[in-house]
Order: sequence, then C-alpha cells, then structure tokens
Amino acid sequence: MATVAATATRRRPRRRRGPGLRARLSSVAWATLAWFAGIVFFFPVLWMVITSFKPEAAAYTSNPKFDFSPTLSEYKQVFSAGMGPFLANSAIATVLSVLLVLALATPAAYALSLRPVGKWRDALFFFISTKMLPVVAAIVPIYLAVREVDMLDSIPTLIILYTAMNLPIAVWMMRSFFLEVPGEILEAARMDGADLRHELTEVVLPVVAPGLAATALICAIFAWNEFFFAVNLTSIRAATMPVFLVGFVSSEGLFWAKLAAAATIASVPVLIAGWVAQRQLVRGLSMGAIK
Amino acid sequence: MSATAAPAQRVATRRPRGAEEAKARRERWARRGPLLPALIFLIIVTQIPFVLTVFYSLFSWDLAKPGSPHWVGLSNYGAVFTDPVFFAAVLHTVEITFISVGIATLLGLGLAVLLDRAFVGRAIVRTLLISPFLILPTAAGLIWKTTLLDPTYGIVNWIIRIFGGTPVAFVTAQPMASVIATVVWQWTPFEMLILLAGLQSMPRDVLEAARVDGASALASFRELTLPHLRSYLELGILLGAIYVVNTFDAIYMVTQGGPGTETTNLPYYIYQRAFLGFEVGQSAALGVVTVVGTLIVASVALRVMFSIFIEDNTAKA
Repeated sequence: MATVAATATRRRPRRRRGPGLRARLSSVAWATLAWFAGIVFFFPVLWMVITSFKPEAAAYTSNPKFDFSPTLSEYKQVFSAGMGPFLANSAIATVLSVLLVLALATPAAYALSLRPVGKWRDALFFFISTKMLPVVAAIVPIYLAVREVDMLDSIPTLIILYTAMNLPIAVWMMRSFFLEVPGEILEAARMDGADLRHELTEVVLPVVAPGLAATALICAIFAWNEFFFAVNLTSIRAATMPVFLVGFVSSEGLFWAKLAAAATIASVPVLIAGWVAQRQLVRGLSMGAIK
Repeated sequence: MSATAAPAQRVATRRPRGAEEAKARRERWARRGPLLPALIFLIIVTQIPFVLTVFYSLFSWDLAKPGSPHWVGLSNYGAVFTDPVFFAAVLHTVEITFISVGIATLLGLGLAVLLDRAFVGRAIVRTLLISPFLILPTAAGLIWKTTLLDPTYGIVNWIIRIFGGTPVAFVTAQPMASVIATVVWQWTPFEMLILLAGLQSMPRDVLEAARVDGASALASFRELTLPHLRSYLELGILLGAIYVVNTFDAIYMVTQGGPGTETTNLPYYIYQRAFLGFEVGQSAALGVVTVVGTLIVASVALRVMFSIFIEDNTAKA
C-alpha cells in the first residue's frame, strides 16, 4: 500500500483526517451549504404558502411583509369561486388513468421481461419512441377526432389521453422491476410445476409490489399536473385544476393572495404524496435501474 | 386465442411434426397475449393521430370559416419553411431544452453531491429539494411570474435592491431567462434524484481506498465518481429533454410566448396556430415538420437509452 500511496500523492503529503477541528469545520460548512441550497429551492413553495394566508393588501408590498395577521379568507374565496368540481375532475382523471395504466403496463412489461415475446426489443423500442414524438404535433387530429365523437369536455377523454401519455414510461419502469425478480427463484417455481397464476402471485408480485407503487406515483404526478390536453380539450364540465387556475387568473385578475391560495390547493395533494413516498419516487424516476 | 388453438390441434393429430409447430405457435401467442392490449391501445391513441396529421397537412382548412377543407398539396409546407416565426420557434425550443436541461443537470449534480454526505437534517433538506418537481407546473409559472419576478413587488427584485442593484422587469426585459429559470427550478430536483441514486450506488470501498491513498477529493470525483455516474447522467439528460422539449405550461403562464415571439417555442406556436388561429392544415404541417425533426434527434437519443438499459440488462428467457 505504501507504494500505491507514494505514487498517488506526488504533490500532496498524506494527511490523516481524523475528527480534528478541520474536519468538523468542513462538515459544518457542508451542512450549512446543503441547508442553504434546500431553503433557496424550497423558498418559492414556502412563499406561495405564506402569500396564500395573507390579506390581499399585504401581498403587495415592495419589502416582503412577514408580520401580517394570517387569514383563511382567500381560501374561502377560492372555494366559493367553484373550485370543488375542478378538484374532483383532477382526482378522477388521475386515479382512473393510473389504474388503467397499471392494468395495461403490468402484463405488457411481463411479456417484455420474464416471459419475453420474440421481438421484445422492437416492442420496447416502440413504446419509448412514442414518448419522443411531441404531443403538440398530434393535438389537431386529436381535437378533431374527439369533437367528431362528441367527447370534448369529458373526463373519459382525459383518462384515455393520460393513459397513453404515461403508458410507455410505465412499461419501461415495470419491466425493470420485473427484471429484479431473481431468476433462480423463478426457475425453481417453474420446476416445481407452479402454474402461471401461482408464479405471478406467489413469486413475482411480492418482488414488484414496491415498483408498482413507484410507477403509480410517477404516473399520478404527471397526470395531475397535465395542462396541455386539459386546456385544449376541456372547458367547463371536465376541466381540471390547472385549467381552473388559468381561468381564475383571467376571471378574477392577478390577485396574488387569492392566486397563491388556489395554487397551494392545486399543488398540495401531489406535494404530500411525493414527500411521503420519496423512496418510491427515486426508484420510479431511475426506471428501476437503481435499487 | 382459443380460436387459433383449435384448428392448430386438428392439424396436429395428423402430422406429428405439425404438432410441435402448433405448440410453438401457441406458446408464442401465449407470450404475446399480455403485451397486446397495451400495444394496441398505444397504436390507436398515439399513432393514428400522427397519420391523420400528415393527412390534414395537405389541406387548407380554417375551422373559423365556413366551407369544407380543400386539397392544397404541399403548399402548407412551403408556408412553414418560409415562416420566420417557425424558425424562431425551432431556435427557442432548442435553446430552452439545451440550456434548461444543462443547468438543471449541473445544479442537480451539485445538490446530489451535497446530499450524498451525512449531515444533520439530511432527510429534511432532501424533502425541501424535491418539492419544486411536485408543484403543479401551472402554479409554479404563476408564482414565478408574480411573487418572485414582479418588477415592484417580487422577491427577486427585493433582493436585488438590498444589494444596491436596479430592479429588473424580468418577464418583459428577460423573458427567455424567466422561462428558463422556471423550467430549471422544476427540473433540477428530477436530475438531482437520479444522480443521487447514482452516487449512492457507488461502491464505498473504492472511494475509501482512493482517500486512504491520498487522492484529493476533486481527483477521486473526476476519476472515479464521474465515470460511474455516466449512465445516470445520460438517463437524466435524456428523460429531462423528453419532457422539457414539450415545455408549454411555463410559457403559457409566464410570457404567453412573448413579448412578440421572443419565447414562442414549437409547442406554444402550434397551439397558437391551431387553437387561436383555427388553421388546421397549417398547424398540422407544423406538427409533421416538428415530428420529423424530433425523430432525427430522438433516434440518436434512443440509441443512447438502449445502451444504458439493454446492454447489461437483457431479458430473462
């Protein structure tokens, strides 16, 4: 080891870093920097929430006002502006599209991993390539087709489109979770003559269950936050929260406190879900490449 | 499926070799079965509209005016390629994607390195850092445009004034920077999470050995950590780009593509032509050109993606 050390430290003398003053100082500096970054990134969210509790007049001050008497009146106004149905539409479109995505993606991912079809590479390629096509390029025919079958401004339309939007990513994620199923266990179960249902429920499901949750979470985030289809294909009956927010700006004007209250309500469900399920978020985002 | 199996069996009783073939065919279809619903669904919902886009792009069709569409051949494409706003929109799309994903990845890398070390409250800091990704993008656009970037009441200008600077009317004077800032803020956590996972999958003993051998932190980061992170960087950049290319919410909320067309990207431009201008044929032609351009870029990107996942991650038989 001495020789390795000698070659590696041509310029720097080898320093022993125990829990000395230097090390302690550097770890304090490290923590401070990390906390500073965290607060800077979180600040817009915090400021949105703070503003939402302000009386309207306190939202417009050239020096930010922190000493105000918090009020819920902005929230009351947002709810009385008829936000309820929009919130419900968002929830229905999100939950049902996620269920549909999982129902379609799980068997497909199985057929691309554990019991693969002949051309699984081509199929996998096809799935992700649909994600590369910009959705704006198809909006015109989608709009005309939806109008033709009289399904403008309807939640089923959103559910179908959100399912298509999330399906490729879900297939890729689920596939990588299926690949985590240990081959030996699968082989052993098949040797023991386990039928397909037994194989799936007893062997595969326990391993992929967390992956299923991760996939559902990611798809739910994208569905809840989706704006482009919603603004172009819905107006009143099926409009979701992002559309409400936009309509709120144009009908009520830019009243910051009220807007902040609406923005907070629109963001809170996904924010809390993401906080609670951070581990799933990481697994899902890295497409299961990371354990 | 049983319909195909029945005649296959009849053949099988006559010829033993056919029986094996039929069995193999049955096995193939049993494997394909679970794949088909997703495949068919996706073909119907995503591919047919693109075929129709090509079709519509050959017509002149104004939804706002009476009269049916009429055939104009390739003239919509001529209009696209002589349209200066189109080229501006292409440029802005590339600009937004490259700069935003670039900055978000660098920031994400820095934050991931910070979070990779143990310190007091690490879990809380990570929670704070992922929050921008979870905020409704339309809400994020609104918050940035108003409470943060407003020339008189915005927090950013308050900070600028504290340091003795002159306030900036960001959304009108620096529209592109305002859009990019919003996009970067939203996508940095995404890059950070992917890279953090990469850092945490790094074998500790290798880094420890390098440290004991006296390698400087910077040297071991460059020589050991970065090569290990490579596939995670590629994944983060690729996925980030897929989503950022389609940026619509931030532009809609912050600048409405303006002032003029300074921040109009392709998604926003097609939206304007289709839903504010009601020009079906024109916007369809724009769509086709966008798809072709994207496909060229994407075919390179897809190859990268495949090298990440398929090489050492092949399917089990």
